[in-house]
Order: sequence, then C-alpha cells, then structure tokens
Amino acid sequence: MSTIQNLSRRNVLKGAALSQFLLGARIADWSPISQADANPADFAPNLFVSIASTGQVTIVVSRSEMGTGIRTSLAMVLADELDAGWQDVHVAQAQGDVKYGDQNTDGSKSVRLLLNTMREAGATARQMLLNAAARRWSVAPSACHTEASAVVLGAAGRRLRYAELVDDAARLPVPPAGSVQMKERAAWRYIGKPMPIVDLDDIVQGSAVFGIDVMLPGMKYASIERPPSYGDRVKSFDASEAMKVPGVEQVVEIPGTPPPSGFRPLGGIAVIANNTWAALQGRQQLQIVWEPGPNANYDTTAYGAALEETARQPGKVVRDNGDVSQALRTATKRVSADYFVPHLAHAMMEPESCTAVSGAGGCTVWAATQNPQQARATVAEVLGIDQSDVTVNVTLLGGGFGRKSKPDYVAEAAFLARAVGAPVKVTWSREDDLTHGYYHAIAAQHLEGGLDADGKPVAWLHRTVFPSIGSTFKADTVYGSAGELGQGVVDVPFDIPNIRCENGRADAHVRIGWYRSVYNIPHAFAVGSFADELAAAAGKDPLQYLLAMLGDSRKLDPRLLGSGYSNYGASLDEYPIDIGRMRNVVLLAAARSGWGSPLPPRHGRGIAMHRSFLTYVAAVAQVAVAADGTVSVPRIDLAADCGMVVNPDRVMAQFEGAAVMGLGNTLFSNLTFKAGRAEQSNFADYHVPRIDTTPETHVYLVRSDAPPGGVGEPGVPPVAAAICNGIFNAVGQRVRALPVDPVQLKAA
Amino acid sequence: MTDLMINGTRHTVDADPVMPLLWVLRDLLGLRGTKFGCGIGACGACTVHLDGEAVRSCVTPLEYAAGKPVLTIEGLGMHGEHPVQRAWKAANVPQCGYCQPGQIMQAAALLKQTPKPTDQQIVDAMSGNICRCGTYQRIKAAIHAAAAEAA
Repeated sequence: MSTIQNLSRRNVLKGAALSQFLLGARIADWSPISQADANPADFAPNLFVSIASTGQVTIVVSRSEMGTGIRTSLAMVLADELDAGWQDVHVAQAQGDVKYGDQNTDGSKSVRLLLNTMREAGATARQMLLNAAARRWSVAPSACHTEASAVVLGAAGRRLRYAELVDDAARLPVPPAGSVQMKERAAWRYIGKPMPIVDLDDIVQGSAVFGIDVMLPGMKYASIERPPSYGDRVKSFDASEAMKVPGVEQVVEIPGTPPPSGFRPLGGIAVIANNTWAALQGRQQLQIVWEPGPNANYDTTAYGAALEETARQPGKVVRDNGDVSQALRTATKRVSADYFVPHLAHAMMEPESCTAVSGAGGCTVWAATQNPQQARATVAEVLGIDQSDVTVNVTLLGGGFGRKSKPDYVAEAAFLARAVGAPVKVTWSREDDLTHGYYHAIAAQHLEGGLDADGKPVAWLHRTVFPSIGSTFKADTVYGSAGELGQGVVDVPFDIPNIRCENGRADAHVRIGWYRSVYNIPHAFAVGSFADELAAAAGKDPLQYLLAMLGDSRKLDPRLLGSGYSNYGASLDEYPIDIGRMRNVVLLAAARSGWGSPLPPRHGRGIAMHRSFLTYVAAVAQVAVAADGTVSVPRIDLAADCGMVVNPDRVMAQFEGAAVMGLGNTLFSNLTFKAGRAEQSNFADYHVPRIDTTPETHVYLVRSDAPPGGVGEPGVPPVAAAICNGIFNAVGQRVRALPVDPVQLKAA
Repeated sequence: MTDLMINGTRHTVDADPVMPLLWVLRDLLGLRGTKFGCGIGACGACTVHLDGEAVRSCVTPLEYAAGKPVLTIEGLGMHGEHPVQRAWKAANVPQCGYCQPGQIMQAAALLKQTPKPTDQQIVDAMSGNICRCGTYQRIKAAIHAAAAEAA
C-alpha cells in the first residue's frame, strides 16, 4: 500500500541548532494515507531535507504532482547537491503552508522558482555532513569529499556514511544562506539525466493515492447538485424522495456565493450517503426550485457573435509601435482575418475530489489540489476560522491543467464535514466537472496586416476580445490583465515597424479560469495562423517567411512592448525575448519534420512558433484531410528550448502530451452554453483526443545552459496554428474558428 | 447479499444489485486502484476484467458480476510484475497516472486475446481509454514491448 506522507505543522526540536523539524503526520489510523516512517528526523538543517539515522533522506516537495514529474525533479535537484544515493531518497509532500513560499503549482514555474532553493538546501546539508566527518577525523573539511550518501577522506580512503554522521551534523550550526559551495554543472549526478518518477511503481500497481482515493473511518460520501447557471440560487427544495434512497443519510444545503464567486463554492444541495453511488442516486431524486440568476440566458452563439463584433471595432491600445493606420493605408497589399476559439474545459481524468474532517481543533482536508495555500485560505474563509486551524494535505492529482488551483471543491468538503459532524468526501461527477467548471475563455480576434511591394510585412494590427480571468474574482472586470495580454499579444516578436495591439471589452457569464497555457491558446492560434496568411499573400514559403518576420537573432527591445509586459513574472534581463532561440527552434523543427518534402494529395504541413512561459517551441504538423473533410494529424514535430533541463524524460513526456492536448483543442473540444447551461456534459459529447487520433510525435530538446523556462504548458500553444496551417497547405482552405469544422473542408 | 470473487478472494457484499461494480470495489471493499472517470463507460478509467474480458465497471451492475471472477489492477501482477506493468515502467508511460490502471487492464486483456497485436489492433482495443495527459504514444510502444517480451 502506498502512502502519501504529509508534514505536520508540529515543530519538535532536537538539538539546539535545529530550527526546523519534519515529522510525518500521525494519521496511520486513517488508511490509506499513513505516515511512511515514524523515525524522528535526526538531522534537518532546513525545510526541505532531513536525514534519519537509518540513512533515509527525506526530501520535501512543496509543489503538487499532477503528472509533470515535479516530485521527482525537485528531489533530484536536492539529492544531487546533497550527494545522496537515490535509493536512500524518500519524497514527502508538503502541506499547505506559507513557510514553503509559493506553492501554487501553475504557470509552469516549479523548477524555475525552486531550482536554487533546492540546490542550496541540499548543498547546505552536504556541507554540514562533511564538516561533521572532518571533525570526527580531525582533518580540514577541504580534505574530504562526498560520494553517494557518504563522506570520504581523500587519500586515506576512509569513509563515513551519512547515517553515521546524523547526530554530529545536527549539532553543528547551519551555515548562513549563500555561503555554501554548490556543484559545478559537470559534477551533477542526477540533474540532466532521465530518471523514472518516484511514484511509478505505485501508479502501475494501482496503489497510488489520489484525492478521490482518501478514505477515513466513518467517512460519508457527498454528491452536490449545483446551480444550473452561474449565479442561480436555491429558492426551495424537497429532499423527501432523496432521503428514501437506501444509503442516503442527510441532505444539506450549501450556501451559494453570488458572482463573482472566486474560489468559493457555487452552493447547492448536497446528498450525504454511505457510498458514492447512493449519494448520486439520492441526488437524482432531489426536487429543487432554482431562482434564475444574472447568467440564466447565457448563449455562446450570441455571445461569440458579440465578441466578434467588438473585435471589429477599435479597442484599448496595449502596444503601439510606429503608425499602423498609416502603414496599412499605404501598404501594397492588405490582409485581414478573424479568429475564434470556444470555451474549453480541463476535463482532467480525476474529477474534483476532496475529503475533510472538521472538529473542535479545526479542519483537516486531503485534497488533490494544485494550490494548497489557497485551499487553506478558502476553507478558513468559508468556515470562518483561522488559517492556522486548517490543515491541507496534498495527495497526488489525477491531472490538473489549472482546474485544481481553484479550491471551491475543497471548501465544499470542509463545509459539509462540519455540517455533518463526520469526515466527508466530496466527489464531482464528470457531469459536474464539465458543467460547473472554471472555463477557458472564449475569444474573438481580428488581425490586419500590410505588405510592401516585396511582400514584406510593414503593418500588424492585432485586436483580441475575451472575458478575463479577473472577472471570476472582481465584478465589472471587462478588460484583459497585463499578464493575459502578455500571453501572445503584446509580446508578438515580429520585426515589423508598425505594430498595434488592442483589447476590446468583454463581460463574463461563467467562471473563467486558467487552462493549460491559458490565453496563449487563442493568441498563438491567431498569430501563428495570420503569419501563415501573410506568407501566402506574399507568395512565400511559410518557413522562410516566418524566419524573415522574426528577423535577425537579437534580444527583443523591451521598450517596444510597452510598460505592462510581465514576462511571466521573470525579469527580462534573465529571461529576455530571444529571437535567436526562436529561429533556432523553427529551423530545428522544420529540418527534422522533412519540411518541403513531397506529400500525397490533400496532405500538408504547417509550421508555427510560440514563446510562452519563458520557453520557445516550434511545431510542424503534418495533416491529412479526407474527402469528407475529416482531418487527421499523422505526425507532429516539436522543437523546444526550455533552458536547462532537470529530467529530460519528463520534459519529453510533457511535450508529447502537449501535442495531444493541442490537437484536441484544435480538432475536437468545444464547450457551448445555451440558456445559461453547458450543452456538453460527459465524454460522449465533450470530445478529447484518444489513441486513435494521436499523432506520431517527435520532440527535440535544444541543449541549453540558460536558466530553466516552463515545461508543462508551452508545448500546447503552437499546435493549433501548425495544424490549421497544414490544412491550408493540404487543401487551400483557411480554418479560422476552432474546433475545425470538417464540413468546410469537404472535397469539391 | 451478493457473492463476488475478486482477485481470487471471495467477498460477500450487502448492496443494491444494480450498484455499479466500480463503487462496490472502491467504496465497499476499499479497492481503489480502479478509478472513476465518467460513470457512462466512455473513458475506461474503471476497466477491470470480468470472466477474463475487459469491462467498464462503472456501468457493470453488481448482480452481473456475481459469481464470476473479477480481476482488478490490485490482482493483476504481484508487485507490479505483470508483463504489461513491466513494459509500462520501462517506457515510463504514466504522467499523472490516474487513468493508467484502466489502460493497463485494457492492454492486459488485449494481449491475452491477441498476443501480437498490430498498431491498428492496439488502437482499436485502446480507443475507449482516455488519457488526458496524452501518454498514448508510449502506451502503444509499451504494448508492443510487452507483446515482444511474452513471445
């Protein structure tokens, strides 16, 4: 049986020098989440590592595991600097606590944020062990070195295992931050080498513990009927039939939160039963009268048309170089196009699930959450208690993609646990997940370009209109944030003298949330497609034209971007917009894809490049359009430069997966609303990629010593444009609205 | 009372005969390797073997499973040593891992019936199993590897 070891808030000190002590939470009675090991840690110089006298090295991972392999990658980094033998390493999952710093596992930034922290944590522990051994041998520390989990005295060949040094090291002072020597890259033993994930055995045996797998003694199971449209309220309800269902024990109303509801529960009626099935059955018998709210008429057909109309009008200027209006007027050739991307749903395979217990001592939850600190804060807010009385244990996540950063479901479980007076597990059905999500924004965009007599682009106008994620948290948010507009709009890298970017107003009628790669999805689709349209207008090869638009290798002058560009929270000095790296991935993907080699009729190739989350990715899609218009993608080539890489196999895996998800966003997935309600409710009508639509995917990683960029998200954005450009190459037809409509592509 | 034979062990459960096997396994018997994904047999996360055939336990009523041998991921291989599990590990297939017990059970059933599947036979057999992380390419490779190993 696998365990998820979590770290309690208890602070037990052993040895005057120790400032931190890590102890597995004593929850062994609450199978299957039990303490991995009751050993008090003997040597724990910082938050992230402790070594027991058995020799076990416990490395604390503060970011959530949803499939990126982060539990392995961060442990590799620390173990490398510690010089720990990998077989001695045990990974413990941190609880939600500000002491760990940022734990919000999104934005593809875990390695970027924690690389140096984990290196220093490991190096500090290593230095102390080395000092302890040197004292034991009465030699200078410089005479010693470390090998896997041991200190060795150079010429004499004497060695002490870390396990033997734990007591001595614990008595030494912790060296001040920044004072310890870290390894040269050439000496790294794990970083940069492919390593299997630490949870692999548990996963293939079915013993890995996800949020939905938590089971506590006396636990009840809840299923919740939520408002049909965003902001509807319960007017009245009759639970008498539901209570007759065998196994149903209680029916509890959860108060709603009027829009914008943020991370708080939507409210509704919860059926509490002694198993999940009974709760679902009971829920079907509920009689609820809903009071329609402000979004009861939401209709994505009408709304999408309104966004498109807005995109045809001038908007708020968010980047302005040169004089676009003048350049368009005097251009030899003008091109314009409108692009549309629908709402999308995360649809991670493990639906939202959380188990909570609430008592006099506060509330403890076990949750598949990307953001344990936000879960803690939201639970405290909803229960009206102090955050220090909320404990958030983080399980494995069966996918996240951004959905599990929003802890509404965690607060539901906490609320119900208190109301019922017993542990409660809340499990969302697939229908709940798809019809009550935090949806990826629907977006309309209008682009105009002007070419000179040589076909060179001289003007670029990009207008984007979408409901902002901010609308989920703050009423009357009608414009995109700087961060949202920095995802493929104002950071357009092209060497065009006249560039103007605009943002139009849009209100929101559902909860808008971030979904893997976020606003890069619509923006990379439009920008990557329009670049291809300009190439066609100029009569040039798309690859050569893209390279010409990028221009010479250089760092993009940040002054061109205006003041609002946030660069994913990173400095432009450390992470510039590097045109050379863009050109490099474009050339790499093209060369490996067989760009330019002949293909059968109605087959084509398309190329697109996009920088997001500080990583550069080019995609070449090879597509085939059947006579009936059905599009298949036999092959995708992705070239990525994400800076230095910790675990190359997991980086490859993320890009392989991104190709598949990008393909789904392009060809299938589409979430629509009518009369305020989502029209799709399960995998029968919300379509996601399956093995039969998976392309042969080739991933090429650029070897780089640059600081680490993102990995989880940046593979997705260029895929849609690459596929649609490939469709144009195959059949001469532009696809400007997603998902691709095969009817438009039928052979004449 | 319904008698079940799961992974070679007899269990007697007191439950509604139409309760899906998935919830019997997970909630009543604590066998949580079998996952819930959709509840309508559309994603394959809940795949188990019933009488040697891969079935979706989320749409298989308890009464239908009565008296027939049920094999779940927990009973597939001792310590993850079934050829499919070994191939899964060698290819580092899982990302989040949630759908993988269902994928593995589906693949094991395929290889039992078709020890040397072609690409198309793999695609046909595995198209009912969704992996939102998109590990399909490695799933295909792992099934071929498992088939080669068994040969």
